[in-house]
Amino acid sequence: MMKRFVYINDDSSQDLYCDNRISNRKYTLWNFLPKNLWEQFRRFMNQYFLLIACLQLWSLITPVNPASTWGPLIIIFAVSATKEAWDDYNRYLSDKQANEKEVWVVKDGIRKHIQAQDIHVGNIVWLRENDEVPCDLVLIGTSEPQGICYVETSALDGETDLKTRVVSSACIGLASEQLHIIKGVIECPNPDKDITRFDGNMRLFPPFIDNDLCPLTIRNTLLQSCYLRNTEWACGVAVYTGNETKLGMSRGVPEPKLTAVDAMIDKLTGAIFLFQVVVVIVLGFAGNIWKDTEARKQWYVKYPEDGPWYELLVIPLRFELLCSIMIPISIKVSLDLVKGIYAKFIDWDEEMYDHDTRTPSHAANTAISEDLGQVEYILTDKTGTLTENKMIFRRCCINGVFYGNESGDALKDVQLLNAVANNVADVIRFVTIMTVCNTVIPIRSKSGTISYKAQSQDEDALVNAAARLHMVLISKNGSSLEINLNGSLIQYEILDILEFTSDRKRMSVVVKDCQDGKILLLSKGADEAILPCAYAGQQIRPFVDAVEQYAQLGLRTLCLGWRELKDDEYNEWSHAFKQARSTLVDREWKLAEVCQILEHDLEIIGVTAIEDRLQDGVPETIETLRQAGINFWMLTGDKQNTAIQIALLCNFISSEPKGQLLFINGKTEDEVLRSLERVLLTMRITSSEPKDLAFVVDGWALEIILKQYRAVFTELAILSRTAICCRVTPSQKAQLVELLKSCDYRTLAIGDGGNDVRMIQQADIGVGISGREGLQAARAADYSIGKFRFLKRLILVHGRYSYNRTAFLSQYSFYKSLLICFIQIFFSFFSGVSGTSLFNSISLMAYNVFYTSIPVLTVVLDKDLSEKTVMQNPQILLYCQAGRLLNPSTFAGWFGRSLYHALVVFLITVHAYADEKSEMEELSMVALSGCIWLQAFVVTIEMNSFTILQHLAIWGNFAAFYFINSVVSTIPSAGMYTIMFRLCRQPSYWITVVLIVAVGMGPVLALKYFRYTYRSSAINILQQAERSRGPIFSMGGLESQLKSLEKDVASLSTSQSKFRNSVYEPLLSASDPPPTSTRRSIGPATFDFLQPAQSRLSSSYSRNCKDN
Amino acid sequence: MNNVNGSVVGSSSGSGDGSAPRRNSKRPKYSRFTQQELPACKPILTPKWVISVFTLIGVVFVPIGVASLMASNDVVEIVDRYDNVCVPLNMTNDKVAYIQNNETDKSCTRTLEVVPKHMSQPIYVYYQLDNFYQNHRRYVKSRNDAQLRKKSQENETSGCDPEKRTKDGAPIVPCGLIAWSLFNDTYIFAIGNKNLTVNKKGISWKSDRDHKFGKDVLPKNFQSGPLIGGGTLDATKPLSEQEDLIVWMRTAALPTFRKLYGKIEQDLNAGDVITVTLENNYNTYSFSGKKKLVLSTSSWLGGKNDFLGIAYLAVGGLCFFLAVAFTIVYLVKPRKLGDPSYLSWNRNPAGH
Repeated sequence: MMKRFVYINDDSSQDLYCDNRISNRKYTLWNFLPKNLWEQFRRFMNQYFLLIACLQLWSLITPVNPASTWGPLIIIFAVSATKEAWDDYNRYLSDKQANEKEVWVVKDGIRKHIQAQDIHVGNIVWLRENDEVPCDLVLIGTSEPQGICYVETSALDGETDLKTRVVSSACIGLASEQLHIIKGVIECPNPDKDITRFDGNMRLFPPFIDNDLCPLTIRNTLLQSCYLRNTEWACGVAVYTGNETKLGMSRGVPEPKLTAVDAMIDKLTGAIFLFQVVVVIVLGFAGNIWKDTEARKQWYVKYPEDGPWYELLVIPLRFELLCSIMIPISIKVSLDLVKGIYAKFIDWDEEMYDHDTRTPSHAANTAISEDLGQVEYILTDKTGTLTENKMIFRRCCINGVFYGNESGDALKDVQLLNAVANNVADVIRFVTIMTVCNTVIPIRSKSGTISYKAQSQDEDALVNAAARLHMVLISKNGSSLEINLNGSLIQYEILDILEFTSDRKRMSVVVKDCQDGKILLLSKGADEAILPCAYAGQQIRPFVDAVEQYAQLGLRTLCLGWRELKDDEYNEWSHAFKQARSTLVDREWKLAEVCQILEHDLEIIGVTAIEDRLQDGVPETIETLRQAGINFWMLTGDKQNTAIQIALLCNFISSEPKGQLLFINGKTEDEVLRSLERVLLTMRITSSEPKDLAFVVDGWALEIILKQYRAVFTELAILSRTAICCRVTPSQKAQLVELLKSCDYRTLAIGDGGNDVRMIQQADIGVGISGREGLQAARAADYSIGKFRFLKRLILVHGRYSYNRTAFLSQYSFYKSLLICFIQIFFSFFSGVSGTSLFNSISLMAYNVFYTSIPVLTVVLDKDLSEKTVMQNPQILLYCQAGRLLNPSTFAGWFGRSLYHALVVFLITVHAYADEKSEMEELSMVALSGCIWLQAFVVTIEMNSFTILQHLAIWGNFAAFYFINSVVSTIPSAGMYTIMFRLCRQPSYWITVVLIVAVGMGPVLALKYFRYTYRSSAINILQQAERSRGPIFSMGGLESQLKSLEKDVASLSTSQSKFRNSVYEPLLSASDPPPTSTRRSIGPATFDFLQPAQSRLSSSYSRNCKDN
Repeated sequence: MNNVNGSVVGSSSGSGDGSAPRRNSKRPKYSRFTQQELPACKPILTPKWVISVFTLIGVVFVPIGVASLMASNDVVEIVDRYDNVCVPLNMTNDKVAYIQNNETDKSCTRTLEVVPKHMSQPIYVYYQLDNFYQNHRRYVKSRNDAQLRKKSQENETSGCDPEKRTKDGAPIVPCGLIAWSLFNDTYIFAIGNKNLTVNKKGISWKSDRDHKFGKDVLPKNFQSGPLIGGGTLDATKPLSEQEDLIVWMRTAALPTFRKLYGKIEQDLNAGDVITVTLENNYNTYSFSGKKKLVLSTSSWLGGKNDFLGIAYLAVGGLCFFLAVAFTIVYLVKPRKLGDPSYLSWNRNPAGH
């Protein structure tokens, strides 16, 4: 059953389909608890904690009160569940609001006000201007006599321009009374999520005359969540309702993305888990042996002679529970919390607020900010991303005559203006095509000025340019179109529109000139789509040259052509076209085939050249991110030459002799392979030279390569820092992202249009530019920004800080858990390896979820370097990229520190509180105090900047610790009764704690100082520079020196930025501590900017080979 | 320490957008927090700062160390191990049999070492046990605080395994292994033939007597099982007055510990010879634990314990050493902080 039949205005059949109740809710009141718990327990960590908590219920083995695990566990679950419930409740509220909205629906021939949720399939819904469409409707009537209406679809596809919708031909001209009693049937496919297609048919029942099948397309529909604009009223038949609308079907939960940092944390957690298992096994064995040899002699322990069968397991299980805190229960909550704040910082950032479009940046995905700091490849779209997508008509070539070549603006070319004024036939025809062959809607404002609403920026540019040439598109009402040429009115009747698709790459209109009744086919499109359609014998050479010339200048070209149609040719074709339009299956393909029949033997009359200006700051942004070690690939649907020109303009590639482009092309598989291998060879040979190499590949060759020569191409991709892929389709874009991801690179895809959506979703990080091509990309993306240049700040500031902060927070979480766990392990050697817990349950719980979690959360405000310094020294990003702040070796450092600190705390406590002082509660509280003090100082020494919040959290934590313990110490039934008061009165307590801090932190401080001063990392040097000399330094000062140098070298004509580039080759040399075990093992040799493409990439390549 | 207070505020925070109508609700609200521009203090580890910190630690620690050591030295302590000698010669091969035999006379007289210095009152009398695991998992949990606190809770014996109830099911008060293994050696002190009175009142924590051990809870069925653990209790005295039990039930965290036996509330002079008549009842022989008798005065820091003093002196000394070492390194091999030429990417590969 692939089709549904909708009976218009027929109450008897309406129960077949669901009503219009929208539900976005994930849960109901009844299934919330089980479903939510089930979802939470699918995570390994949660399963682990639950197992631990369950084991603790067995009082024989639990070292502490089960509450110490159940408490935090329940809190964590409650927090997640509450968040889910709150989100779901909000969804419920917005659903309810939408569901209870009053709408006008025809019932029994009368319009009635009902709630939106009661609309059924087949109902006729009436809308007024500015109403929201409550469900998917097929338009059957509007207030406009031509049966059109305008809708705003921004909620659906993000496009802000108005779109025209037309009443299906069968219903045109029906009066509003008739619309109340209309009957008929609509045949349409089952609900799907394709918002660009609707292939249906409608047949009205008698007495409505038209008994024919009437085709329906997406242009005959009003989709849910659109708004009716500029139209007094409209009415339509509900075809899809509730969650079955196009919008409802396209709602989906995207796959959650996992950051590299998260993956590393998971790996470290796994390692800690293994370590824990080893500890448990060793201590379990030791415990059992001690029990059999020693404890049997300890008569006061009274071990029974024969234990139960599980006796051997008891001690290992006790240690398992004792060591379970090694994996911090708080880490997930802490991470979620700080990640949320990182995302908020991005939303709040004023410097990433786009003043032109008034859009703030937005982080739709709150979980992957750290990945921004680890980006290695940026794959960028060209149009609208690097460029403004603000098209301006610059030049044209009409029948071999170039206009606008001198001034750079054809609209100011006197020759062209004269030609129009003198009615030169070719020129007039050319401008007419510019004006007519499009889907632009002219809108006349009350003051009489005309503005245009266009879906394509190119068409907008063409129509506006034509208007400047005195051919003004005045109105377009249904099929009639009026043009004002130099004051005289010309009318055309639009017969058919052969729409633009990305496969056809051209569009045509069939119009009838109302003066002489001639039928004309007017076409425009990409050169390779139009030029082959030229009539036999036309010289297309001049046009090819013109296209070439314009592409060299980075202009977008369109070829225009036309042909006169004979009446009978048109009529015959029109019939076929109508048939094709009403097919339900493969309509698009059939339409294309029919269009093909008409689009031939064109007379090509000219080429238009449209400029798409670079966005502000694009070259600088690319330059800076390049310095930060990020590789750029440009993926565009545009022509090769245009792409290369834009790439040159925005520092993407450098011109000869500094840079070199390697082309991969060919028509057959062999040619492509040969070309590919040649490029690869060149790349290998020259990669040691200081030359910017880039390869250029087009969509055709890429298709062959991706199918057949993936391995070779992968090697090339790894060697090359820059690539330009032109003429690529959206799916190829996504494949390229996939390819880089499979090489274990962190990829960021940035784009603005619907054709970038797949790439954006595929990449580790998708960034959408909320630009002129609509918001489709921005909606699919993890981050949306207003301008390409914000990418610099997004990566260097937000990404870098997020990575640094998470790196610290996660390792610190393990440090503090390990610290307390090691103390427990040491204590077990003093308690007969029997698994006694030194700390009581309250202390353990509060330690993990409170004392040690709150202060470190202020790391979200920590800045190791000021934003300015980072922007000036983008090379510093390498520390994040290579994962130098969170990897097994840094983690080993933290592990060692926790072991050392545990030793310090334990040994000092045990010696200071020996003999008559060795009372259990007191000793445990002394050790706990030692841990609290140490961790506060660890946070302090690892924090780089202190705002008031940090001070509050770190020092306030002390106050809280003593306050809470004092409060607990006043409860007579608590084990800790009076302990804190007793301790605070003892001088030896304070002396012991201070000793612990001094012994624990002294070596840390000394080591840190030594490394900071004598083995400084680049970060340290910049910190020192920034703080001793104020924020402005280095680049500025050195730059002025270089400027004076530049004067001497007069021969150098390169721009300053390029010159700077040539001198400032960032050399990441051996003085940086070799990252011991980063994802990429960088060789010990000098590692400089000129060679990273080679040294680091080749090493990673060899690793990839090993993997294969 | 270098304070950079008030970081540069929004140099380009879009202040160009002054005109009111352009202000938009979507525009993020400016605050120092949202822009991550809260004034921050950014200390860095300058040599000056680090050297002064280490010097300061040294300056503070050495005097404290000296004071602690002096306090520890002022404490006079007399320790006497008696478990190995208070066994009749014919029983030394089988000490366990000796101690487990209820019939034999366990009394033993020891002459303590001569009082080395004047000991001013109060003089604390401790017994010290070695290799005794009061912190063992089975042992430390084997008690019930509710039962100890209230008479009405005397049936509450959960956690007291294996000393919960008598054979006929009556609850043992106080239940559990800790109480069952109560230490029961006794000491009587004399100088010459003049008895020294040992005050056994107030040796436990006041908070324990008042709130942890009930005034109405009387021992019941205690040590009535087939296996007698340690000492017995006077069934007529409430638990709050059984101070030896209260002391014993403050479990020690370490296998070597001292517990207060009593206080001698008179000064002892240098040269005094103290004789002790003791009852050697408690079995430490089966696990080769030691028993010692300790007489000690106390200082502001507690008993005799050189650890803190020595540790403070050592840490203080090390800090001085580090401060000096850093100073020397700093003078010999000065390094300009934050010189951009150290940055790898600013370094000319040809080398200057």
